[in-house]
Amino acid sequence: MNKRRPYVRSMDGWWKKNPFFVEYMIHEGTALFVAAYAGILLFGLLRLAQGEAAWNAWLSAMKNPWYIGFQVLALIALTYHTYTWFKIMPRTMPPVVVGGQRLSAWAITGSGLAVAAAACLGLLALVWGMAR
Amino acid sequence: MSESQKTIEIEVLRYHPEKDKEPHKQVFEVPFTDDMSVLQGVQYIKDYLDGSLSFRWSCRMAICGSCGMMINGEPSLSCQTFLRDFYPARVRVEALSHFPIERDLVVNIEGFIEKLESIQPYIIPKEPRTLAQGEYLQTPEQLNAYEQFSSCINCLLCYAACPQFGLNPSFIGPAATALLHRYNVDSRDGGKAERMELVNSEEGVFNCTAVGYCSEVCPKQVDPANAVNQNKTNSAADYFLRFLTPKGGAK
Ligand code: SF4
Ligand code: FES
Repeated sequence: MNKRRPYVRSMDGWWKKNPFFVEYMIHEGTALFVAAYAGILLFGLLRLAQGEAAWNAWLSAMKNPWYIGFQVLALIALTYHTYTWFKIMPRTMPPVVVGGQRLSAWAITGSGLAVAAAACLGLLALVWGMAR
Repeated sequence: MSESQKTIEIEVLRYHPEKDKEPHKQVFEVPFTDDMSVLQGVQYIKDYLDGSLSFRWSCRMAICGSCGMMINGEPSLSCQTFLRDFYPARVRVEALSHFPIERDLVVNIEGFIEKLESIQPYIIPKEPRTLAQGEYLQTPEQLNAYEQFSSCINCLLCYAACPQFGLNPSFIGPAATALLHRYNVDSRDGGKAERMELVNSEEGVFNCTAVGYCSEVCPKQVDPANAVNQNKTNSAADYFLRFLTPKGGAK
């Protein structure tokens, strides 16, 4: 008789077993805030299309402290999401060779973050300028 | 053992299929010196405390890839992990995660061997070549394209670090994909189209959700996550190219 009886360990709660996996679940979880915030903006667009009264109602709803609280939370989640997104980026792309040298992971992450920050500030400046 | 001899506790996950229903923990008290690897610790147990303890090892210098274990929950080569980094706390040793336990610290790697075969880990020449044509020449850039991915020692730490492999053992996984990529980007090779079928398949790269832990634990800086994720792009290109080219591409 064959004495072999390979034992397969359960995967239940796998993400709790290693700090690396816990962090992974957190950074994936922040994607829900990205989706929720996109949903809010899209709804705003819909209200805009429905006319001035609908738009103004949406604007005043946005001033509700609950909404403001959510936006602050979403901002924190999105910032963390952006950071982890660019942190994993060097692992996901083909090597970038500049002047015969391979670009380091931190150079890639750093330029990604810099571009994201510049885009945010640019957008903010644009909207600010339009609102004045 | 002299009175002043320091000792360290090593907790081992034991499993003997002929008598155990499931794995259980056993703690051993092992004499400790600060130059001892975890592998030397378990070797002491086998030599002096319990000869029935089973584990794999060979080179004891991080080259053969056979001594991988979970050490305090992290996939590690036991020959290059030192007891002094844990002393005086207890060290937990367990068989590599996500593989069936054959016995104690020995895992069943048959699934991986099959995957290794399936990726055709050898150069498939673009066209037949005669001896008279001489050797292939490669530029340093052509060597650079694959060199990192050729450093894999098949230690399987990356599989023990990959929850997607744990959840779906048929996923071809980090090391096999890294090796597949190693041949696909070799200027001498012409087998890419065949290997891409595997990349694009159900078992292929899209099982990966970019956890990235595989590349963290790799002792040879292979960066298997990079190979897997580059091939997501390659696979997508393959898919869209089939609309442009009458033959080839994804099925
Ligand atoms: S890719 Fe790295 S971790 Fe995975 S088997 Fe090869 S050497 Fe080991
Ligand atoms: S014994 Fe060979 S890699 Fe550890």
